[in-house]
Amino acid sequence: MYISFDRKRVAAPASASPVSRVSSTVVILGVVSLLTDVSSESVASILPLYITGALGLSTIAFGFIDGLYQGVSAIVRIGGGWASDRSDQPKWIAVFGYGVSALAKVWLLIASGFAAVVGVITVDRLGKGVRTAPRDALITAASDDSNLARSFGVHRTLDTIGAAAGPLLAFVILSVLPTGYEVVFVVSLCFAVLGVVLLALLVPARHPRAERVSRGEPRAPFRWRNLAEPRLRRLMLAAGMLAVLTVGDGFIYLVLQDRSSFAAQWFPLLYVGTNVAFFLFAMPLGRLADRLGRARVFVVGHVALLGAYAFAALPVGGIVITVACLLLLGAFYAATDGVLAALAGEFAPAGNTASGIAAAQTVVAVGRLIGATSFGFLWFAAGREAAVIIVAIALAIAIPLMLVLVGPLVTAKATT
Amino acid sequence: MNGRMRAIAAVLATVLLLGGAAAYCITAIVGSLGNRSAASALPATVSHDDDARVVFRNTDAGSGYGLVASVPAEQPTTTRDMTGVPCDRVAAAADSLLCLRIDRGILTTFSASLIDGDGTVVESWPLPGIPSRARIAPDGSQLGFTSFVTGEAYATIGFSTATQIIGVDGTDHGNLESFTLLIDGQEESNVDRNFWGVTFTDDDNSFYATAATGGQTWLVRGDLAARTLISVRQTAECPSVSPDGTRIAYKKNVSNGAAAYWSVAVLDLTKGDETVLPDTRNIDDQVEWLDDSTLLYAVARTGAVGDSDVWSIAADGSAASEIFIEHASSPTVVRP
Repeated sequence: MYISFDRKRVAAPASASPVSRVSSTVVILGVVSLLTDVSSESVASILPLYITGALGLSTIAFGFIDGLYQGVSAIVRIGGGWASDRSDQPKWIAVFGYGVSALAKVWLLIASGFAAVVGVITVDRLGKGVRTAPRDALITAASDDSNLARSFGVHRTLDTIGAAAGPLLAFVILSVLPTGYEVVFVVSLCFAVLGVVLLALLVPARHPRAERVSRGEPRAPFRWRNLAEPRLRRLMLAAGMLAVLTVGDGFIYLVLQDRSSFAAQWFPLLYVGTNVAFFLFAMPLGRLADRLGRARVFVVGHVALLGAYAFAALPVGGIVITVACLLLLGAFYAATDGVLAALAGEFAPAGNTASGIAAAQTVVAVGRLIGATSFGFLWFAAGREAAVIIVAIALAIAIPLMLVLVGPLVTAKATT
Repeated sequence: MNGRMRAIAAVLATVLLLGGAAAYCITAIVGSLGNRSAASALPATVSHDDDARVVFRNTDAGSGYGLVASVPAEQPTTTRDMTGVPCDRVAAAADSLLCLRIDRGILTTFSASLIDGDGTVVESWPLPGIPSRARIAPDGSQLGFTSFVTGEAYATIGFSTATQIIGVDGTDHGNLESFTLLIDGQEESNVDRNFWGVTFTDDDNSFYATAATGGQTWLVRGDLAARTLISVRQTAECPSVSPDGTRIAYKKNVSNGAAAYWSVAVLDLTKGDETVLPDTRNIDDQVEWLDDSTLLYAVARTGAVGDSDVWSIAADGSAASEIFIEHASSPTVVRP
């Protein structure tokens, strides 16, 4: 797999060969995301340490804050998509989102106390909510239909490399400087600012609606009701149903930890393992999605999740089971995260790309929240293994049904 | 700006910002080098003498930061005896240490270790997150430790603490989540049950701990043989039984808002009276009894990252708190 910087790429027709190159804009957006994720994840990973070790407080209240954030972020994400489509300025809306997160890092340097830290993290995540949809709209605008999922794969690869590298960077700093939280914050700020600067300087400002008009195509004003486009609606229905059966990696990690001394020892870092698997698979699965049909790969990608459930439910432990689970979870994210954005970008009516992507991502986020919450109850009512087996059976039934549901989306793609 | 100028500006910004970050790191590392003392030259065990000693974690940034140290309980301001043992949370008995540690590195993990009187690590257990509380039974027979459950980047509901009790004879009583919890006589099996802060009595079977569900906390009395936890009193966390076994000190959330604010309180087990002590700061520690009339707890130093002092206060609330050991946390009193 290669990534090329090809600034002279002309808008290729939809029938372009499947080896068409990934736009340099996509790569730059990937690098911006990498830098920003190094910044956010380095701080996020040491935050519990900072609160308990440096501020001398318990982290008990933290779960509550996270739940609150989930709700707000859904609204903010839709807002970011709307602002992007409405203004026809996805780049500058994205710059605003990244900028808000960078400013939060400045505040982190002068903030003290639990409330201030929570405020900083909330602002950081609000920035993330705002920028996601316009950024994904920029990726869509810069890509051909023939390589859309691969473009998202390239972006998610770089993004996830940042998410895996951030915690490692932070822990390296703290292993040398046991109380060097401020050093982590300063480094985090530098990465965040660099991300915003590179985005502002290097990413061309696209105006999807104005560009349509200049190409002589009909005007495509932003309309909320465009989000009810039948294919987009079908996608959101399938993605939402599958999201409800996605229980949250934390539960899988807890099952593994119970059974394997290897998983118990590495428990706090299992999510980094999942991220590594995610970035290894993101590009190949994106490419596969472009070839075999993105909707198909999106649904079949849940087989990897089913596999992770199955391994977790097996009454054996050990390194092999743990590693297999992490690889499968990573493959699941690689087959679904970027591919969902590509699908939403493809199906969203002209002029509604960002809000269409935001709507699909929000449906999935809300679905997963419902899934994780309900699974929490099942976990205690039925017991750990039984709960996992029940969800696995439900998912095994849902996957073929959803494959039928998205069938028209796959053929629709082939005829365009 | 044309494309070329943009490219030059981007390169400049990259060099400046990444270079600046690197320079800041190097400056901080160089600045900290002078403050290091060689842990290898220090003893691996805590000093012993015929009188009670207070074992604690040294938080003096100047020397031996994070290492276990001790002072005589009668003369806490004398020069501390340092060990070479780094712990983030420590508990001690006459001949052993329970050391909860952040194993720092590129891949940071967390562990609990039992260290014997020769300084040998007898056994280690992995922890699912940042160390929180550690206790050894007065006779050294049982270990209780609590850690946070961190690293769940995607799941944020429920699980925030994990508490284990382990007998030094090898009996693993497991996670308190697997015990039957009875609140006011009713079995409680809510999803969001959490347990933390064990304290042992001297009878080898019973202990106290904190149970939480639905945003409320209870002081619970645990029975290792029956594997039950029975509520004693609401709104009490991180209990600590007095040496004579008649009272329990704990932190009590006195806030009405969403964010907790803790004061220290003492419950008389026979009379059922609760006394809230006159230290109005937010106290987030598991209290330790210096003797039957005095309590110890750590309070973070404001403005100093990762530094705290151990304070003492009269257990009957008759006097204000005062500094007991500077630059210290996680105190345990080891009685001969």
